[in-house]
Amino acid sequence: MNKRQFLRGLRVGIPISLGYLAVSFALGITAREDGLTALQATLTSLLVNASAGQYAAFTVMAAQGGYLEIAIVEAVTNARYILMSAALSQKLPATARLWHRLVIGFNVNDEIFGMAIAEEDKLNPFYYFGMMVVAMPGWATGTFLGCSVGNILPERLVSALSVALYGMFLAVIIPAAKKNKVILGVVLASMAVSLGLSVWPLFAGISSGTRIIIITVVLSAIAAVLFPVREEADGHGA
Amino acid sequence: MEHNVYIYIAIVALTTYLVRVLPLTLIRKEIRNRFIRSFLFYVPYVTLAAMTFPAIVNATHSVWSGVAALAVGVLVAWISGNLFLVASSACAVVFLVELLAVRGPML
Repeated sequence: MNKRQFLRGLRVGIPISLGYLAVSFALGITAREDGLTALQATLTSLLVNASAGQYAAFTVMAAQGGYLEIAIVEAVTNARYILMSAALSQKLPATARLWHRLVIGFNVNDEIFGMAIAEEDKLNPFYYFGMMVVAMPGWATGTFLGCSVGNILPERLVSALSVALYGMFLAVIIPAAKKNKVILGVVLASMAVSLGLSVWPLFAGISSGTRIIIITVVLSAIAAVLFPVREEADGHGA
Repeated sequence: MEHNVYIYIAIVALTTYLVRVLPLTLIRKEIRNRFIRSFLFYVPYVTLAAMTFPAIVNATHSVWSGVAALAVGVLVAWISGNLFLVASSACAVVFLVELLAVRGPML
């Protein structure tokens, strides 16, 4: 059972890994511009696995910011993972062991979280591990290539691959929205507010990570008050 | 003072890990509070929707190929919901639109 879930995770991890390859390629180019060696950039990718968080970190490193400063920047740019991690804690079965949680915690990020939360039932940790095993090398390899050999991929290809991860997000939210009218409304409202805040001068200055946290907290709270989920409807109930 | 890059990397890795692992390990029980349960139920949809739009439109070399990727991605996801199919059709349409319609220095 666990083995089958692990293998399924490996399969689902392939498109994630390919998408990562393209995104982290761009990240690697940025890292080199910020003065990191390929080894340092790849090590960061292996240990951190966070796009916005790493961009922010490289920027602080290039500016020779303080150690406390880089810790705060990192906590803020990655704060949305607190929400994802809390949501995942409710998705795990009661049988999940502590080491399962400690390993999953190493790679809570947008894409794998999206796939994990799309599970009909509880999340099997081994499905998650499978995705990690395939996705993480993609992230590190892309960073290494971007940092060491720069513009080896034609720009057209990089441009095309850069939407892969968004396509995966759509594959998670759209089928759910099709089945559930409230989710459809929540998705449309989120996109509208996200667009609004990105062009509104008052908010356009803050980082996209912070903007997403604000949108997530406010809209999820409003939806929870207006449309509280029934026991059987949220996947946690009996 | 010159900062050590490896100390930077260690701090970044540790901070990020704590942010990710603390809720997962501290929240061991199933939450009973209906508001919090509902809140966490909606979190992924709001987050993923807000991260996708308008970012997808700005990710590519041309706004139009980004818009095409969004339209095709939504359509394919609505019809099939297959992860790989949705992601690859979005990529393919960006490639085609930029090949056929966008003139520029990126040949």
